[in-house]
Parts: sequence; structure tokens; C-alpha cells
Amino acid sequence: MTNLTVPSNAVMPEPDGHQTPLQRYTSLPGWARWSSAAAIGILLLTIVQAISSGDITVLTDAGTAGGMLRFAVPIMLAGLGGLFSERAGVVNIGLEGMMILGTWFGAWGTINFGSPWAGLISGLVGGALGGLLHAVATVTFNVDHIVSGVAINIIAPGLTRFLSDQMSIKTEEALDVGDSPSFPFKWEGGSVTQSPRAGGLPKIDVPIIGGNDGLLTDLEDAEIFFLSDLAGVLNGFVTQVSLFTIIAYALVPLSAWALWKTRVGLRMRICGERPEAGESLGVNIYLHKYMGVVISGAMAGLAGAFIAMELSNIYREGQTTGRGFIGLAALIFGNWRPVGVMLGSLLFGYPFVLALRDGDQLGTRALLLVVSIVLIGVFVSSIRKRKKTDAIIAGVLASGTLLWWALTDSAPDWLPNTMPYATVLLVLVFMSQNLRPPAADGQPYRKGGR
Amino acid sequence: MKSAAFRRVMLSIGAPVAAVVFAVTLSSIVLLLAGSNPVTAYGDMLENASRLETFVDIINRATPLYISAVAAAIGFRMNLFNIGVEGQYLLAAFFAAVVGGAVSLPPVLHVTLILVVAMSVGAGYAGFAGVLKVSRGINEVIATIMLNFIAVGGIIAWLVREFQDDTGATNSGTTPIPESGRLPNLNGVLEIFTREVSKGRELTSVLLIAIVVGVAYYLFINRTRVGFDFRASGFNPLAARAGGVPPKKMIMYAMLLSGACAGLVGMVEILSESFKYDQSFVRGLGFGGIAVALLGRNSPGGIAIAALLFGFLDSSSGILQITGSASPEIVVIMQGIIVLAAVVAYEVVSRIKQRDEASAAAAATERTTNAELEGATS
Repeated sequence: MTNLTVPSNAVMPEPDGHQTPLQRYTSLPGWARWSSAAAIGILLLTIVQAISSGDITVLTDAGTAGGMLRFAVPIMLAGLGGLFSERAGVVNIGLEGMMILGTWFGAWGTINFGSPWAGLISGLVGGALGGLLHAVATVTFNVDHIVSGVAINIIAPGLTRFLSDQMSIKTEEALDVGDSPSFPFKWEGGSVTQSPRAGGLPKIDVPIIGGNDGLLTDLEDAEIFFLSDLAGVLNGFVTQVSLFTIIAYALVPLSAWALWKTRVGLRMRICGERPEAGESLGVNIYLHKYMGVVISGAMAGLAGAFIAMELSNIYREGQTTGRGFIGLAALIFGNWRPVGVMLGSLLFGYPFVLALRDGDQLGTRALLLVVSIVLIGVFVSSIRKRKKTDAIIAGVLASGTLLWWALTDSAPDWLPNTMPYATVLLVLVFMSQNLRPPAADGQPYRKGGR
Repeated sequence: MKSAAFRRVMLSIGAPVAAVVFAVTLSSIVLLLAGSNPVTAYGDMLENASRLETFVDIINRATPLYISAVAAAIGFRMNLFNIGVEGQYLLAAFFAAVVGGAVSLPPVLHVTLILVVAMSVGAGYAGFAGVLKVSRGINEVIATIMLNFIAVGGIIAWLVREFQDDTGATNSGTTPIPESGRLPNLNGVLEIFTREVSKGRELTSVLLIAIVVGVAYYLFINRTRVGFDFRASGFNPLAARAGGVPPKKMIMYAMLLSGACAGLVGMVEILSESFKYDQSFVRGLGFGGIAVALLGRNSPGGIAIAALLFGFLDSSSGILQITGSASPEIVVIMQGIIVLAAVVAYEVVSRIKQRDEASAAAAATERTTNAELEGATS
């Protein structure tokens, strides 16, 4: 079985004892590295925004920041789902399918029980059932993990379409005909491809700093360079945040705790590293693999429910748009760790928001410059690390995007929709070194080595 | 010995049959729950399938699925998952339509050019994913999925406006391919054996291309050196590598061949149905092909049967809509259940076979040791 990445060439030590700025940076603790990287990112966006033609604020305003927070959620939940599954040694390409189940069941639960909480739970259960199917195929029957995942991705849209068809049978007719007991619930005003409206969980402001009369709004309105932009970003994070979003972000530390600080978590992780070693210690490998994959499905289901309930307020066919796979990319970006997954999701969620909010494509054009500057940074650091190929690729791409930015007034309208997927590829091009997937990820396992 | 061979054959046939029986049973339960009569529904489906026009429809649907499945199977043979057949065939069909509509050539040459363009574009786009895998270590599943979205939402969305035939219309698509670039239908050949095909159904000649693809795939995998290396890499990559099979080169070959094959998937529509690429161009054949390849176990014959089965189910969806005996979406469910049931059944069968082989080997060893012992004592 193929691993998700091929780790290779470790970082070369500098010949002399001096630390380069880069090494000093990498020796910082994780939170300091990430938050300084984020601050530099926002500064970069702010500068580019300031020098761009046209009065654009879309790159850093509260709407975009809040949007990023929300659009990162499905990617992040899918990524966390992938984390549980792959830490338990099962590659889960079926996340997309489980997410599709989550969108349908999320909307269904919300509509038929009249409560978004019911939608959240039924979305979770729908995804978990998909996970159970994957577990039965891969753990019990030892089917190739990718084959099973692909099969689930094929089944899920068919199943939701069938269920929608059942729901949307003309209500009165179905009630009149006595011999058609059918499913107990109906969708009024829905169709084969979409449901009626399904609202999300309540939204809250963080007291004092958030909200329309909060401190951050005041700071944002003061129009101080960078500080106001920073306030805008932070404001988006604390104003009108859905409870669902808060639950999703709470799952990040919760996952880290569950996998690294509990006995069950350790046992799940040993399934992904050395199942034979676990077996010799009396760990029930099958059981823990099942747990990992079912939790994975449940997370993907939540991700789907979030898309249906919070992002679109409706179930619509094809609304997952590959975000299950982007979740896997975030998992790789995050090096199979929860916080890394979250940061990867925020990064990959950003272009999704921009595609939605940047109607005149001015922001996307400005983003080209940002991409170019980041690539120049990669170029410089690759030269310092003497990575020739990386330097060439980064150099060519940087000059290309820079030229594109310089020669246009606004980005073409298809670019914002392509940006999320291009970003994923671009990031993975420079990311796939120095990563360590779980050692037995994707490997078949039979009890007793049979 | 004869019974052992019989057992092997029964196991091979048994797996897909069991999968279909399981799928029919499960679908019947779903239909009953939904308040439909499964017997009526299946009756409608079979009665419809027995008509000549439906037969033509089934072949027309099975043809692109077959090519698409072969494209996926080329990768699967060496554990390489080209999930990007979808994007590759759409992009290839688009460029083939643009080039085919722009030139005017003698009939055979025109069609050849269109095919060459389609195969090159498909191979190029799949090859890009291959390059990303071998040079940057990016997993091909993620790379090809991202490239699918970039092809459809980016490249095609952009270029379809640049090459629009009638800029006034909202969905005119590319310039239609002239007569010289179209394939005649095979109704004439079919009518020799049967009656006249009515209702404007035309049997596509791309069927012949699909047959060529199938034969070429069979010969390539079973009769060529590279094909052997493919299978070796799929069975045991480490052993293949030790045996001198360069893994990166193999990945590139597989992606390029798979992509070239994927390029032909859209040809039914381009060469014998709508002759252009527009917003309503048929989608989803890439994912359908993956399902067919899984069901057909990557073998040329198995894929053909699987493609016909899927073609039949797709075609049945229409009749269920008309007669109202069941929800037309039940066929999608059946397809999904068949595929998953089949992959599980194949796995179970291969385990039984392994056990059979192990016990046969053990028995043989025991026999020879016993014979040796007897030889030594006497």
C-alpha cells in the first residue's frame, strides 16, 4: 500500500556552529512559531492590500476572517477524522463520502426533528455509519483501504440521492395512498437534489471584545495601519460565532488529549505504528482500529452537517466539493497532528472564503502578489538549504505569479474557484519532505500475522 | 485434482455472483421499505432490457464506462490510484472538440487527429500528477482529485468561453465538428442480424475503439515486458524494485497510459453524439469507470461484463421513472452495493484460495517427505 507521503532528506546541519535565523526560528516552541507565522501572514496581506489598486479590504476584514474560521471547519473536521483513522493505521479516502452522508443526515435531522442539535447528532451518526462500513471492509475483510474508500465515495452520493427522492415524493399523494407506508418523514419543498431550508446552531459574541459594540470593532474602525487589520481578523473570530464552530474547534485539543493522553488513544496509535507489538501486549487491535475508523466517520459526518447547516443552510447535492480530500491534505500538512491539521485547514479554508466574498476578483489578484512573495521566501530559504529543485520550482512559480499580477487589473472569474485546489497542490509541492506518517498506515493487518 | 480446479473456477465466478445476489436482496429490502414492489420493478427493468433499442442504449452507455474502467485499471494493476480519470477525460474531450471543430481534413485523418489530441491531453494531464508523485512525493489520489477540480472549474470554465461557437448564446459550446470528423453509426451492421433499430437510437462506432482498447490492454498486461513489470510492481513493489524494475519510471508509464486511455472516454459524445463540448457534456464517467474497474477485477473481460451491467442499470433508471414502479435512484444504490459487496467478496475468495494453496502445498510436502523417508528405510 502506498503511504500518503514519501519522507526523505532530513534537514542538513549547518557546517559551522552558528545558528541561521531559520534554525533559530525552528527551535522556537510550536505555538510561538505558528503565531509569529500567522502575524507575518496578516502583515503581508495588509501590505499587499494597502499597495493594491482599488480600495480593497476583503483580504483581512472581519467578514473574511470569520469566513475563514467557518470555512476551515469542514476541512478541519475531515482532517481530524483522517487523523483518528490513520493513527489507527487505516487510510480513509472515503472521508468525502462520509461527509456527503453528513450533509444529508445533518439537514434531515434538523428538518424532521426541528432542532439543529438533532441535525448535528444525526449528521454525526450518518458519517459514523459510513465509517463503520469502511471499518468492516478494511479491518474485518482486509479490503485494500483505498479501494474501500473509493467504493464508499461512490455509494454515498447514490444513497443520499435515493433518500432525497424518497423524502421529496409529493407529500399529499404519499399520505393519501394507504399501501405506501414509506419513510416516516417528508421534505416539503425539497427535491431530489436539495432539501428545504435547514438552519444552524445559535450564534454568540464573545463578551466585551467581540460583537458590534465590542472593543475589536472600535479598533477596527479606528483605521490604524496593520493594528486595525489585525483587529479585523480577530474580530471575525469572536463575533457571531456559531456554537457548532466552537464545538468544532474544541475538538482539536480534545482529539490531541484523547489520542496522546489516554490509554485508549495510545492503543489506537499503536494500531497505526506497530500493531504486532500491540497484539503481543494484549491490545485488541481490531477493536481499536474499528474505534479509530468509526470516530473518523463521525468527524467527517460532523463536517458534512456543518456544510449543510452552517455554510449553506440547505442540503444540496455535490456541496462537499472535494473538501474531504482537502482535509486529507490538511492532515499531511499538519504532519498527522491535531494542531497542524487545524492550521492547515485555516490555510486551505481561506481561498474558499475569498472565492465567495471577492465578487470583483480584485482581492484574488492581490492574493497573487501574496502568493508570489511567499514563493520568493520559499525560493530564498531553498537556496540557503541548498535544495536546488525546490529553488527552481519556487523561482519559476514566483516569477509567473508576479508577472500575472503585474499584467492584469483583476483576476479572471474562474480563478477564485480554482484557488483552493491550486493552493493545496502548491503547498504539498513544498511540504512533502520531513513528514512522518504513522508507520503502519495503510498496511493490512491480520491477527497473529496470518 | 479435477475437483480442486473446479473449486477454483467456482470461487472465481462465485464472488461476483454472490455480490450481485447480495445487492439484489439488499435493494429489494430497500424497495420494500420505500413502499415499492421489487418484483414489478425488476420485471419492468428486464422487460425493457429485452428490447433492441434498449440493447443499443446499454451498449452506448457501457462503451465509455468500459474505456474509463480500463484507464483506472491500468493504474490499479500496480496499486496506483488514478482517481483523476474524470478531469482527464473532460479536459481531453474539450480540447479534442476545439481542435476537431477548427480544422477541416479528409474523414479518416480528421477522426485520427481528434483521437490523437484527446489521448495526448489525457496523458499529459495524468502525467502531471505522475510527475508530482515521483518528484515531490505527493499522493496521487489527492493530486488527481485537486487536478479534477482545476480542470473543470478552472481550465475548462475559462477556455470554454474563449472557444465559444456563438458568443451570443448562453450554452452554445464549442464549434461543432464537421461531418468529416464524425463517426458513422453501426446500426447497419446490427440490422444485418436483427430488425431495424427505431426511435432514433444509433449504435456508436466508438464501441470498436473500446474493443481495440480492451484487446490492447489485454495484450499489454499479459504479453509485454512492461506489462509484466506493471503486475510485478503491483504484487510486490520491493521485489520488483530488487528485480530491476525502476519504480518511478513505472509510475510515469502507468499514469501516461492511464491518462491516454482516459482521453478516449469522452469520444462517444464527441464523435457520435453531440459533436461538441458544452455545459451539458456528460459528467461522472470517470468515477463510474472506477466502480466498473473494481467490479471487473481489472481484467479486460471482467470489466466488459461489469460495464454492461452498469450500462443496463443506468438504462433501467429511465424505465422506472416512466412506469413509476420504483424510484429511479434505486439503480445508483444497486451499483454502489454491488461494488462494495464485490470488493469484499473478492477479498474473501482470495483468502480462501490462499488457504487452499497453503494446504495443498503442505500436503504435497508431506507426501514427498514421506516418500523420501520410505525410500531411505527400504
